[in-house]
Amino acid sequence: MSEAAAAPVAPDAPRGAEQLAEITPRELTWRRFKRHRLALASGWFLAVLYLLAALCEFVSPYRPETRNVAAINAPPMGVRFFDLEGGFHLRPFVYGYDMRVNPDTWMREYTMNAAKRYPLEFFAKGDSYRLFGLVPLDRHLFVATGGAGEPGQRGYVHLFGTDQLGRDMFSRVFYGARVSLSIGLVGLAMTFVLGIVFGGLAGYIGGWVDRAIQRITAVLLSIPQLPLWMALTAALPPAWSPLRIYFGVTIILSLFGWTILARQVRGRFLALRVEEFVVAARLIGAGRMRVILRHMLPNFLSHTITTATLAVPAMIIGETALSFLGIGLRPPVVSWGVLLQQAQNYQVIVMTPWLMIPGLFVVLAVMAFNLFGDGLRDAADPYNTGGQN
Amino acid sequence: MQRRAPALGALANAVRRFAKRYVVRRVAGMVPTLVLISIIIFVVIQLPPGDIVTSTLDRLQASGVEVSAEQVQNLRAQYNLDKPWHLQYLHWAGGFVVGDMGYSYRYSRPVNELIGERLGYTLLITISAVLFTWTVALPIGIYSAVRQYSAGDYAFTVLGLVGIATPQFLLALIFMYVGYEWFGISIGGLFSPEFREAPWSLARLWDLGKHIWIPMVVLGLGGTAATMRVLRANLLDELNKPYVVTARAKGVPPVRLVLKYPLRIALNPFVSTVGLLLPTLIAGEAIISIVLNLPTLGQLLLDSLQTQDMFLAGSVVMLQVILVLVGLLLSDLLLAWIDPRIRYE
Repeated sequence: MSEAAAAPVAPDAPRGAEQLAEITPRELTWRRFKRHRLALASGWFLAVLYLLAALCEFVSPYRPETRNVAAINAPPMGVRFFDLEGGFHLRPFVYGYDMRVNPDTWMREYTMNAAKRYPLEFFAKGDSYRLFGLVPLDRHLFVATGGAGEPGQRGYVHLFGTDQLGRDMFSRVFYGARVSLSIGLVGLAMTFVLGIVFGGLAGYIGGWVDRAIQRITAVLLSIPQLPLWMALTAALPPAWSPLRIYFGVTIILSLFGWTILARQVRGRFLALRVEEFVVAARLIGAGRMRVILRHMLPNFLSHTITTATLAVPAMIIGETALSFLGIGLRPPVVSWGVLLQQAQNYQVIVMTPWLMIPGLFVVLAVMAFNLFGDGLRDAADPYNTGGQN
Repeated sequence: MQRRAPALGALANAVRRFAKRYVVRRVAGMVPTLVLISIIIFVVIQLPPGDIVTSTLDRLQASGVEVSAEQVQNLRAQYNLDKPWHLQYLHWAGGFVVGDMGYSYRYSRPVNELIGERLGYTLLITISAVLFTWTVALPIGIYSAVRQYSAGDYAFTVLGLVGIATPQFLLALIFMYVGYEWFGISIGGLFSPEFREAPWSLARLWDLGKHIWIPMVVLGLGGTAATMRVLRANLLDELNKPYVVTARAKGVPPVRLVLKYPLRIALNPFVSTVGLLLPTLIAGEAIISIVLNLPTLGQLLLDSLQTQDMFLAGSVVMLQVILVLVGLLLSDLLLAWIDPRIRYE
């Protein structure tokens, strides 16, 4: 805890003061943030999730479009160390399925087959891919081996089950994470730029510019976002390439997110404009841009970044919802919303509940972002006493 | 008491007069906002390349029907699509003002009829969701504040965090799964099949009651988490104030101690968050109505957007905006009513 760090300083007061003086605002913020254990844990969780998403080709055992016709709509497999006879294996393994079609319901039913023992091999060769689209590789974090018992049947592993085309949900969830999570970040950057520009203009110039921008933010804040998002994404031409659709959706999502940020930036600008150091800088003869960039911006930048972080969850949920409805990202692209699109009616949900696993990831990611953002905001605001807003 | 009564009456009259003027001013202030929003909506709806005529033509030509250029021209003229866009806007907006929202090409029916059938259900679901949010969030918020850091407080905090992070359509999916798997009921729609087209009767009303709780809960839960956190924080601030400590020291019973003043003051932001709640509810309703197959505005919106039925889509979004603005006004009035410190400026 921080008390322990401060304790040795106390007996030696002058040295302690020196040490305290050496602490930069950034360090102070970091110390405050570390006290928020839930926020810190969320930060780590997000870091791991983003890393896995960035390395999704390596993390997932298959490519997202690889089909396993031996396992269509198959349930998730458990990773085991003990076989059914109680024997222990140092190398983890999974059991393959036996499939039979139920004569009454015509549904495929899978049962575990202890004879199909597929050991997992780590950092082994599998589908080839290009890491970051550049480095050609074929190693994966784990792949299933074995299956020698049946000729023509390679071992397979589906930790989250498969969808109705026999595609591995585990791989698809991580490929989807790349798209869904990066939309949040790209959107954050755009929100940030829009918020600072409009908020700064309103706060610094004032007058009719301020009134006009205030009016626009008020209007945008009172519009229910989702219907307008729906209208805008529906306007994206279907003929566009996936990449253009991706950026189109991101721009649309950040088109409404900047309002809250702009209001805050405006408020800060108004408050800072009359501070002595800003007045002093102006009197010395610093130009308008220099006053803004050198003196005012650093003062509220950290706080603004953290507020913007809180806009990410809304974007992740927005993308998921739009893609889920079929008007956001579209199928050749894999995102969490696109994956959830398969689980649209209750027959599917009841038969193959594991198709909702991407939803679990959405909830976890959004929750982590909320906690992380809250912690950051509390840490970055020196005046914050820990109360709500 | 008797001497004060006339004075109170006069005060009430004054408040009422002020309130009336305030309402008039607020409504007048909404007009430019609405005009601006209607222009934004119209432009957005116009954005997709092509229009209802081209999408109809595509369909016709796909089925092998030859359409002459003259027929296309007639079709365009019939739908006013040959006019410049600002005339089209005036046509639509002008109609909206006098209560005629145009004609839906997709359904071949007046938009008024289509929306009229569904608006009631949308309002019903949204309002019941607000009521649900309040009835659930109020006791939980009080409990969490009074028993701060208890096991129950932590449990509700965690539930709240999960609740805030769960998209509403996912919640609807989970409800469908649980309803079918655990209770063997198929969830969806507002009526059982036998009542869908039936005229209103007590049995139909009962059937509606059996179905409406699911959209109500799904929609209400999202707001519940946030509302209960706000109430908890506010009540905590209030409970630490000297007057509460004094009252406690003097032996005021705990229930009365909390309910008499602190709760009333803490409720203030509670009401003001309705304004924030409404856009989320209207938006949430738009998406869960598609998942849960409800006969409300949401489905109409998605359908009209996909078929480029612009009058229908524009009118639905416009109505949703109006619902939100009216809701904001009502919450402001409610706020002024429960908190005497707030004056109508």
